[in-house]
Amino acid sequence: MTTTRRQFVLLALGALATGAEAQLAPNLAALRKAALEDAVRKVTGGAPLRAGRVKLNLPPLIENGNSVPLTVAVESPMTDTDHVRAIHVFTEKNPQPNVIAAWLGPRAGRAQLSTRARIADTGAVIAVAQMSDGSFWSDRVEVVVTLSACLEDGLI
Amino acid sequence: MTRVIVNMPATATRGEVIEIRTLAGHEMETGFRRTQTGELVPRNIITRFTCSYNGVEVFRADLHPAVAANPLLSFSTVATESGTLEFRWTGDRDFNVSHSAAITVV
Repeated sequence: MTTTRRQFVLLALGALATGAEAQLAPNLAALRKAALEDAVRKVTGGAPLRAGRVKLNLPPLIENGNSVPLTVAVESPMTDTDHVRAIHVFTEKNPQPNVIAAWLGPRAGRAQLSTRARIADTGAVIAVAQMSDGSFWSDRVEVVVTLSACLEDGLI
Repeated sequence: MTRVIVNMPATATRGEVIEIRTLAGHEMETGFRRTQTGELVPRNIITRFTCSYNGVEVFRADLHPAVAANPLLSFSTVATESGTLEFRWTGDRDFNVSHSAAITVV
């Protein structure tokens, strides 16, 4: 059977349309941003995030995203009346934005937490601290990841 | 048996802020990876860590798949009295490991 010109044009248009859809449908960047905002909102309950008081320390250039040392330090006297209640860490590009949530209190003596995280891709890492007066403070660091976590199976 | 390591001073002066570093041997399988045949590897992580000082909880953390394998946690507490600190890791597949360490406060 020979293909007519009309059939060919229709087929080509169809192929183009499905190809374009396959590229556009999963807008991962927007979805991940929404997931991050959702996760932060779940913690803050809509309260405003203020910059300052929190210092998130991690290397700006990460060679191996599978194990990234990070430290969160919060300026606080850590007394019964004025202390840090919780520290949360989020990433922008991971399949799930939450990294760790830690609860401490005046008995911590110093509001500092260190751990090691997996970071999937170049993007922002955010630390949020909840104070005993109910206010939220945050710090944001942009990192570059050369070897991302879970790369061998392609980022999901 | 899972191996855990806790590093903290054995003695401290009253009111001193001591640093505690903990490490638990665990693969922290994220649940986002696939095998070569395309099946998802089920999630297997430590989800919670707690530290109690003489029975009073002083630190607690929720861990997510984005915490690296063999999770390290470093935090601090005020040495208030002599006694024991109990550390507990719990997670998927009924993972439950605890460790205790004694501290002498002078």
